Amino acid sequence: MISIDVNGKTVEARKEEMLLSALKRAGFEIPTLCYLEGLTPTGACRMCVVEVEGVPGLVPSCAYPVFNGMKVQTHSKRVMVARKTIVELLLADHPDDCLYCVRNNNCELQTLAATLGVREKVYQGKKNKYKIDASSPSIVRDPSKCILCGRCVRVCEEVQNVSAIDFTGRGSSTVVSTAFDQGLNVSSCINCGQCIMVCPTGALREQSYLKDVINALKDPNLHVVVQHAPAVSVSLAEEFGIKAGTDIDGIMTAALRTLGFAKVFDTSFSADLTIMEEGSELVQRIKTGGKLPMMTSCSPGWIKYVEQFYPDFIDNLSTCKSPQQMLGAVIKSYYAQTNGIDPKKIFSVSVMPCTAKKFEAERPEMGRGAVQDIDAVLTTRELAELIRLYGVDMNGLTTSLPDNPFGQRSTAGKLFGASGGVMEAALRSAYFLLTGTEMAELDIKEVRGMKGVKEAKVKINGLEIGVAVVSGLSNAANLLEQIRAGRNDLHFIEVMTCPGGCIAGGGQPFNANTDAVIARMKGLYKIDKSEPIRVSHKNESVLKLYKEFLGEPLGHKSHELLHTKYAKRQVVQ
Amino acid sequence: MLSTKAQDVLKKFPDAKRDSLIPILQEVQEADGYLSKQAIIEVGRHLKLSASKIYGVATFYNQFRFYKPGKLTIQVCRGTACHVKGSAKILDTIKQELSIDAGQTTKDGLFSLEVVACIGVCGLAPVICIEGEFHANVLPENIKNILDSYRKKVSQDD
Ligand code: SF4
Ligand code: SF4
Ligand code: SF4
Ligand code: FES
Repeated sequence: MISIDVNGKTVEARKEEMLLSALKRAGFEIPTLCYLEGLTPTGACRMCVVEVEGVPGLVPSCAYPVFNGMKVQTHSKRVMVARKTIVELLLADHPDDCLYCVRNNNCELQTLAATLGVREKVYQGKKNKYKIDASSPSIVRDPSKCILCGRCVRVCEEVQNVSAIDFTGRGSSTVVSTAFDQGLNVSSCINCGQCIMVCPTGALREQSYLKDVINALKDPNLHVVVQHAPAVSVSLAEEFGIKAGTDIDGIMTAALRTLGFAKVFDTSFSADLTIMEEGSELVQRIKTGGKLPMMTSCSPGWIKYVEQFYPDFIDNLSTCKSPQQMLGAVIKSYYAQTNGIDPKKIFSVSVMPCTAKKFEAERPEMGRGAVQDIDAVLTTRELAELIRLYGVDMNGLTTSLPDNPFGQRSTAGKLFGASGGVMEAALRSAYFLLTGTEMAELDIKEVRGMKGVKEAKVKINGLEIGVAVVSGLSNAANLLEQIRAGRNDLHFIEVMTCPGGCIAGGGQPFNANTDAVIARMKGLYKIDKSEPIRVSHKNESVLKLYKEFLGEPLGHKSHELLHTKYAKRQVVQ
Repeated sequence: MLSTKAQDVLKKFPDAKRDSLIPILQEVQEADGYLSKQAIIEVGRHLKLSASKIYGVATFYNQFRFYKPGKLTIQVCRGTACHVKGSAKILDTIKQELSIDAGQTTKDGLFSLEVVACIGVCGLAPVICIEGEFHANVLPENIKNILDSYRKKVSQDD
């Protein structure tokens, strides 16, 4: 530890850390734009400048290491003028579009302009106009609103190991773009939406399907049903000013009914169904010498990543569809049949914490003939928008229960929302399938938490099963490289595209710091602790579905409806 | 497919790292006359870098072009003197006449269009240069005639 002086106060700093992190820890508010915790600092925007005694010129605190005896001024006159000027210059080449912008009232640039007191157009310059890229089913890029902070570029490269986008051109014509300025849809983008989550402005947003959903809700000839993913009920609250991590499942269900959905189903039900299939698949692979390690297949960004970058691992992927697609498939088969509804008249909506789910729903394998399993995917953010649009008062609702036959869930299914959750749920059921008894201790602590790589050894019937849980695809890539190099102690690997799992998905509420994501995670484990049915194989509705319709896990009907295939994918990499 | 000449370039840099990116791109352009999409993708594979990164670096430098050069290269001078004498209008007119942007080649492969800083014949401003032939004091309304004369010449030669 060393001591530095900030605005006349003594502050402790760690040797060799950047000044900004010491300042933040000590509670000083320093505005930033290009800075992203945990990733390489670039010092590009200079928003975080401070004055350091003896150093000529202002220094960017995010990229400036501390030194002993350093004397810092964080809000001197010079600093304030510089910060304000930076924003004014950014605005000189920015469309004055706030009223029409998805990020209105939720934009870092807007907030900075307001807090720094920018109240007139100081610089008038030529504004760059770029075409909007709406080619992707998940992500829309609007480079005219880009301030070139580079956060998206770094996340895509450092966290996801994809690098679909980068800076192109030079000087005033610099723009973040794909290779050859082609559409994102033909790029290597895996649709994770992590770039949206870090973008300070409206330059990146999800492809919205709100209009389709609203039109469907208005159409008297359509039977419109909705499902919601495990992570949504512990995240939506934040959009309405309620504490992060609060589970508002019952209120959300009531809100969805108010919006006019005929049925409200729970994707956690089909998470349990996934476990029945995937657990059985794992047991079968282990018993019959199938391809191992088996890898989970519920995260569609990861699937596309394997298809394009690691096609030699395609056979390791579980053939199970994701819970979203499984539920979509049984809605348009079992549910349609038992209720005498023409599947073509069902409009099936899902609410997901994820932008890649939009891509997944459009995959040609995800349906039968002209009938897609899922018709429209909304993100958590879009659901909040819909609720506000219809003026539903979240405080005035009484909680409501989801609908049968797909409303019941175990808490294991709910755990799918956090990294490690699928693994924990699968192990609980695989243990039962292999031994006929329940695990003595259902909590598998080693696979919980925010760490990007978690590993454990689990003993079942004398067999030691090696498992790994990774989130963030650069972590997944590391693991795949280890396996290519000969590592062979693993049987089952859970991969989530987004760091921490779906709770930190690309469709989640903005402005969540790590603490908020951890709160969402805690919300899920709290549910797991407080309810009696904690294993998927005890979900009565799932068992009933097998009895009445599917037969048995991995049976003929399951294969037709709940499993799928993947193939090598050619994209610009 | 990558041209054999470009393949040979990559063979010359067997264990190349990031820092050889620019020399490799220069040699590939020398070999092919431009950087094709395929070349950018292959150079990326060779260096284990994404195509977006290679494209990003290449577009940073004016020296790289991304279109196969046409039979005839049109250079429009945008130096100070030409600017004062209305070269912006000249450039726009040519772009419209050929339906391409600077740095591109027409669909029929006849013309490519380049913008240059100053050709050094400011007395002739505004000036354009087509395959080494200077056209002095051009006016927007002359552009079509000038281009037509080249079109004629080429079709006679064929
Ligand atoms: S990105 Fe922010 S500042 Fe720009 S138009 Fe949108 S809300 Fe306004
Ligand atoms: S969605 Fe994911 S993969 Fe696609 S550009 Fe954004 S960060 Fe990269
Ligand atoms: S798109 Fe957003 S995150 Fe990416 S550079 Fe532009 S402003 Fe930054
Ligand atoms: S936040 Fe420090 S330079 Fe951008």
